[in-house]
Amino acid sequence: MYAFEYKRPTTIDEAAATLKAAPGAKLLAGGQTLIPTLKFRLANPETVIDLGKVAALRGISRQGSNLVIGAMTTHAAIAESADVKAAIPGLAALAEGIGDPHVRNRGTIGGSVVNNDPAADYPAAVLALGATITTNKRTLAADAFFTGLFSTAMADDEIMTSIAFPVPQSFGYAKFANPASRYALVGVAVARTAAGPRVAVTGAGSSGVFRWTAAEQALASNFSAGAIGALKPDASGLMSDLHAAADYRAHLVNVMARRAAGA
Amino acid sequence: MTDQGIGASVKRKEDLRFITGQGQYVDDINRHGQSYAVFVRSPHAHATIKNIDISAAKAAPGVLGIFTGADIAKDKVGGLICGWMIHSKDGSPMKAGPHPALAQGKVRYVGDHVAVVIADTLMQARDAAELVSVDYDVHAPVVDLGKAQAAGQPQVHAEAPGNTVYQWHLGDKAAVDEAFAKAAHVTKLDIVNNRLIPNAMEPRAAIGEYDRGQDAFTLYTTSQNPHVARLVLSAFIGIAPENKLRVIAPDVGGGFGSKIFIYAEETVCVWAAKKVGRPVKWTAERSEAFLADAHGRDHLTKAELAVDAQGKILALRASTKANLGAYLSTFASSVPTYLYAPLLSGQYQIPAIYCEVDGVYTTTAPVDAYRGAGRPEATFVVERLIEVAARETGRDPAEFRRANFIRTFPYATPVIMTYDAGDYEASLSKALEMADYKGFGTRKAASAAKGKLRGIGFSAYIEACGIAPSRAVGSLGAGVGLWESAEVRVNPVGTVEVLTGSHSHGQGHETTMAQIVSSKLGIPIEQVSIVHGDTDKVQMGMGTYGSRSGAVGGSAIVKAADKVIAKGKRVAAACMEVPEDSVDFDNGEFSARGTNKKMTFGEVALQAYVAHKFDPEVIEPGLKETSFYDPKNFTFPSGVHIAEVEIDAETGHTRVDRWTAVDDFGVLINPMIVEGQVHGGIAQGVGQALLEGAVYNEDGQLVTATYMDYSMPRADDLPSFDVTMTNTPCPSNPLGVKGCGEAGAIAAPAALVNAITNALGHEDIVMPATPQTMWRAIQKMPRKAAE
Repeated sequence: MYAFEYKRPTTIDEAAATLKAAPGAKLLAGGQTLIPTLKFRLANPETVIDLGKVAALRGISRQGSNLVIGAMTTHAAIAESADVKAAIPGLAALAEGIGDPHVRNRGTIGGSVVNNDPAADYPAAVLALGATITTNKRTLAADAFFTGLFSTAMADDEIMTSIAFPVPQSFGYAKFANPASRYALVGVAVARTAAGPRVAVTGAGSSGVFRWTAAEQALASNFSAGAIGALKPDASGLMSDLHAAADYRAHLVNVMARRAAGA
Repeated sequence: MTDQGIGASVKRKEDLRFITGQGQYVDDINRHGQSYAVFVRSPHAHATIKNIDISAAKAAPGVLGIFTGADIAKDKVGGLICGWMIHSKDGSPMKAGPHPALAQGKVRYVGDHVAVVIADTLMQARDAAELVSVDYDVHAPVVDLGKAQAAGQPQVHAEAPGNTVYQWHLGDKAAVDEAFAKAAHVTKLDIVNNRLIPNAMEPRAAIGEYDRGQDAFTLYTTSQNPHVARLVLSAFIGIAPENKLRVIAPDVGGGFGSKIFIYAEETVCVWAAKKVGRPVKWTAERSEAFLADAHGRDHLTKAELAVDAQGKILALRASTKANLGAYLSTFASSVPTYLYAPLLSGQYQIPAIYCEVDGVYTTTAPVDAYRGAGRPEATFVVERLIEVAARETGRDPAEFRRANFIRTFPYATPVIMTYDAGDYEASLSKALEMADYKGFGTRKAASAAKGKLRGIGFSAYIEACGIAPSRAVGSLGAGVGLWESAEVRVNPVGTVEVLTGSHSHGQGHETTMAQIVSSKLGIPIEQVSIVHGDTDKVQMGMGTYGSRSGAVGGSAIVKAADKVIAKGKRVAAACMEVPEDSVDFDNGEFSARGTNKKMTFGEVALQAYVAHKFDPEVIEPGLKETSFYDPKNFTFPSGVHIAEVEIDAETGHTRVDRWTAVDDFGVLINPMIVEGQVHGGIAQGVGQALLEGAVYNEDGQLVTATYMDYSMPRADDLPSFDVTMTNTPCPSNPLGVKGCGEAGAIAAPAALVNAITNALGHEDIVMPATPQTMWRAIQKMPRKAAE
């Protein structure tokens, strides 16, 4: 780790002002990616702004047809929330399946979504559920939010404040974990929404999380695991690494999609 | 005998300290004026160092010293050694290149030590290390073990043409060839024993310290054998004579073999302490542990088994290439030779065995002993061959084993070993019953109904432990004797300190060795303290590895305690005014036969020190005895493990559903600790079979260099183990113990791969059987098995 300035604002406005005054600063949410990156000396920010004391960024509430989750809400809080379990139980289950208890008690939904790790779980849920991301400046639709590996539509001086999930008819997420890291080797989220089925795939795509429209079309006429049948995404757009070559990932997308749809 | 003695599952004395965070590991120790070392490591697998520019780094804040291979050479610091001489078939000694503590001219693996930067703080040392500029001329690496000896490959060391360190063999080749010629059936397997990274919970660490007034050094280090470290650092590396070098290995958090060896970093820290005039501390980061701890296993083997028409084994033949890495680590040469081939008889009567082993240099981290060390590799070869031979000849794998078991002891194998005792059938029968072997078909059908594949596999292993008789290992090339020492020091109030040359780094010696003393002297374990890990406190010792501490270290304690009792009898006889030969000792009490005179152990201890009641010309005051115990033979723990797996045919994920282990460790000192050792060993064996595998890419970069890619076994990868013991006492040592620390890791991989291949219906699988590997193997299933 290199030396850096440490700031700890208590309000969103103060955090925004601190960020504006320190270009290149890193926002620290749960630190599950940033802290290891700093420890490996792979990042060298002059300033780290810890959002841990910004109370307004935390919390879960039901607002009409939406479930709204503050950006700094931890995975553990989401997994245990009665509101989440009542509205979108599959989302609570997804949170429960992230990392281990240590990670779940530190890591936050906002940190995960902003980081947009191609193997993270939440991006699949945000995309499949057609969530709306609110920042200190604007709102963004999920379909326009994820722009590639580790990148999003958010500007450098923008702070995510909350995510609103429209409550679906059903939502399932099936993950096949990387045996080493336990991140998603492949994770598929399937939501039955008012606008029809939405299927999002994480862990597999060369450009990160993506909507799998072929599966959505198959589910539109017959929402069941069987409707997906032998449907697989084209392996040419998928990642290959030590743990899974693209053809195996394509196969796993099929298996996980069937399991998520049947959940 | 107390209820805490041998055979009692008492809770571990050391755990209160460990669980409450009161352990004192090397990194917990801070010395006055301590500075910090950071190593500059090679980013290349194979390169010539053209130039090292330290000017910018030297000017960085807080820097006390920067040293390179040139400084090591100037100070005539000796190279790291390999302590076991292996001779090739043609009689020539092994061909080893030098192994300098800091690279001299060339680097040979990613992580090789190029320079050390020492500064006031760790952060300053890190910052300065980034400023050390090394100009490399990069060469092609040698990564593929199978091709490393081929013509035209880059040479890792000029001393070893063709990258071949030795071409060793064992056994009667002619007899084996003859047996194969008349065999009714020959089973052939190509076997990969995957490369593992040890991953002890505590990374390696060292503090070197130099006392100018005494002209003496102290090294605090994470060692399994501090006296051996001192011996090597003194006699070979030349840091200081042994009386001027104290080595302390305090609490150590796991070793699995990786902390036996004398490494570059520890050597540099103690040497550099004098150079900078300050204590020098280094604690490995996890990334450094991945790159630069000695790795384990990494064999390629062609193995064959000859069987006659009646199902009797006739002969076994194995040809192995063993990856030794870029340099020969401390015991690297012995692991794939004398710790491997002599175990190829397994539990079976195999009239003829021949094994040849090529030790091979590659541009990868050094490879040395890792939990089991050679014996897991041997067991994997034998138990895979046996299982496949049974399948190919249409025999039940359990019955095929039973028909070929060794039944009379002592039994001399064709590969050096003489097994002293065992009852292999007892373990097998018990294991079959516990595993409900008969119910397997029903369970397989139930799995099939869920779309899952189920398989069952055996591993009937043997190991040679209690390493071992000094004359025997000496005749095989070992550079040291492998006895163990103990000093039993009785205090005037009857409490006891035991100084042992064994070293506990997770094994629970502070409990089990106290139990031995409790049984011998009849005092509670609370009155017994075990002292280990400090060359200034403990007489010479050989340390802990090869499941030797109970059989060798424990036996030394028995011998020393026997001497204490003998002396105590003489003191008691004088005090009670009875003839010496009329004194008995039992359960902590000396009594005079035929009288009602008796004295407790504590009373006799007091009298031994008060020295009022005996003639000092006849009996010396005091009560303290030492023993150096050298066993007659190795010990031969054995057992049967049965694994049952359920495989998700859709994803390739293998779930270990059931695990039965029946082990014969002879007498058990603390059954709870023994069971814990079995659990840990199985977990590591499951890790090897399903999860763990060190992977270097074609550039020689370690791909699996963090836990993001190197997959360690976790609790949810493992079932609840069903473990029991049969007990055939070992006749070769006074305790009757055999050793239990490595058994699980030795037995487990073969049991699991046998279970997996049983489910698959074919043998085409290479460890680790990750989900992807399994998914591809499922695609190759014969149609009938897949249905």
